[in-house]
Amino acid sequence: MDMQASKKKLGLKERYQVMTRGLDWTPSYQKMEDIYPYVAYEGIKIHDWDKWEDPFRLTMDAYWKYQAEKERKLYAIIDAYAQNNGHLGVTDARYINTVKLFISGISPLEYVAHRGFTHVGRQFPGAGPRVACLMQSLDEIRHAQTQVHSISNYNKYYNGVHDFHHAHDRIWFLSVPKSFFDDAITAGPFEFMVAIGFSFEYVLTNLLFVPFVSGAAYNGDMGTMTFGFSAQSDEARHMTLGLEVIKFILEQDPDNLPIVQRWIDKWTWRGYRVLTLVAMMMDYMLPKRTMSWKEAWEVYFEENGGALFKDLARYGITMPKCAEQIALEKDHLSHQAWSTFYNYGAATNFHTWMPDEDEMAWLTAKYPESFDKHYRPRYEYWREQAAKGNRFYNKTLPMLCQTCQIPLVFTEPGDPTKICYREVDFKDEKYHFCSDHCKAIFEHEPEKYVQAWMPVHQIYQGNCFPEGTDPTVEGFDPLAAVLKYYHLEHGRDNLDFEGSEDQKNFDEWRGMATKNV
Amino acid sequence: MSTVFIALQTNEDTRPIIEAIVADNPHARLNEQPAMVKIDAEGKLVVRRSSIEELLGRDFDLQELHINLISLSGNIDESDDELTLSWNA
Repeated sequence: MDMQASKKKLGLKERYQVMTRGLDWTPSYQKMEDIYPYVAYEGIKIHDWDKWEDPFRLTMDAYWKYQAEKERKLYAIIDAYAQNNGHLGVTDARYINTVKLFISGISPLEYVAHRGFTHVGRQFPGAGPRVACLMQSLDEIRHAQTQVHSISNYNKYYNGVHDFHHAHDRIWFLSVPKSFFDDAITAGPFEFMVAIGFSFEYVLTNLLFVPFVSGAAYNGDMGTMTFGFSAQSDEARHMTLGLEVIKFILEQDPDNLPIVQRWIDKWTWRGYRVLTLVAMMMDYMLPKRTMSWKEAWEVYFEENGGALFKDLARYGITMPKCAEQIALEKDHLSHQAWSTFYNYGAATNFHTWMPDEDEMAWLTAKYPESFDKHYRPRYEYWREQAAKGNRFYNKTLPMLCQTCQIPLVFTEPGDPTKICYREVDFKDEKYHFCSDHCKAIFEHEPEKYVQAWMPVHQIYQGNCFPEGTDPTVEGFDPLAAVLKYYHLEHGRDNLDFEGSEDQKNFDEWRGMATKNV
Repeated sequence: MSTVFIALQTNEDTRPIIEAIVADNPHARLNEQPAMVKIDAEGKLVVRRSSIEELLGRDFDLQELHINLISLSGNIDESDDELTLSWNA
């Protein structure tokens, strides 16, 4: 006999109930604490996992259906873009350096996020968050893959993207995003969720994907625009998960509040420091700009994040303290970052340059308080020097912040003429910091951060040369050896955009695309 | 009152969706950017299935939004008929 079909289709809420919690069971012959060993040690108290609500109520069957559709759309566009030599349609070849930064700085993080969510998804005793984490872990590996696939097309034509993962694990500035995620996945499951799910996804990811991807579209990079928006469509779900996590934890027990507030303070600052790369991408590396870093920060953090923290005030959560310092830095961040990369352009996997007159005028208009006073004069000087054949490359290795791993290049809050240095003595060693916030993060968990793999220290210890290198031989060039270790070719992958192979090829190929030869 | 927003890709799929959202939320502001549209609204924004279906001329599952969704803000409440974004404060 055929099975009797129920009269009415289940509604969204019932369907979600059946397809998540309905699939869970209570273990009978193993203890809960043996099955979920990491769930208690951070001090977070959860009394009822069934109080978890997934606002989107997405079930696995619907998940596969919509993700498949996103993939079909994405790959059709990637193919069309590659078949049409879409790379020649970008505004100018300088733009491609943002893609290099993205694949070596951001895409490997997507993969680590995949691992992180697989791990925490396994660790939560509640079926609701387990399903949500499973979906997010699948999203993250999809992002890593689609980014590699989209950007591999650039690798056929341009330098610096050939070994992005090798670069990610070694190149000095890439240790900034890498150590950020390593910090998160080595934390407990609740801290990981607050770090990545809430602080990064909810509070900060809009700043990465929305203006940057919209910027890619504006600069004619259909490939990046498409993977970016495709990833971002998952991001909306991740943000919702991040917000849900916070609300759920705080509603479960009042003792959770101080722990969560400390994590929000820490990870908002950690995430913001990583976004330094995005700030300079928006203000310097996109030939056609959609909005300045400062404007993006005002829309997506001050306005949107402000509304969020006002909403969370009912739980006792307050706006992270670091927001005050960030507000002071927003007129300076991108300029200080770009100046640094311009200095260290001999040790990067992308090209740097000085903005032209029009671009300087744009920067003046967007940063009336700071640009002409503090940054334009030094750019004009560097440009003058470059014209005389003295393009300046800094070969002295900088002091790094033990927490965020960024060189100590940022200025004192409120005084853009003075570099900010902080230090702490711990077990007979001295540690350096870029800010009070990075220092405070270290002081709370020094045993964790003393283990950091600091690129500059590692170079000085001789750990960043190819195997068999003898640094004692006469005339030893440490930078050349380090570049070999990074798998970068001097004169090809690094140095100024002006005179680069990328610049030359792009001009020549674009010419060929419009003429018969 | 805080602002909530929803951002969608600009394409033929989202044209009727955006039109329906704007019609259902007279207080919303349309903010057009390269390749995307951001709809900002004070306090609350409602996405109504029936309004989208009327413009689209076919059945529409609100979860189809996921395909072209870029970002959003606010607390979400989703049912078969409506997706609501709101801030409590």
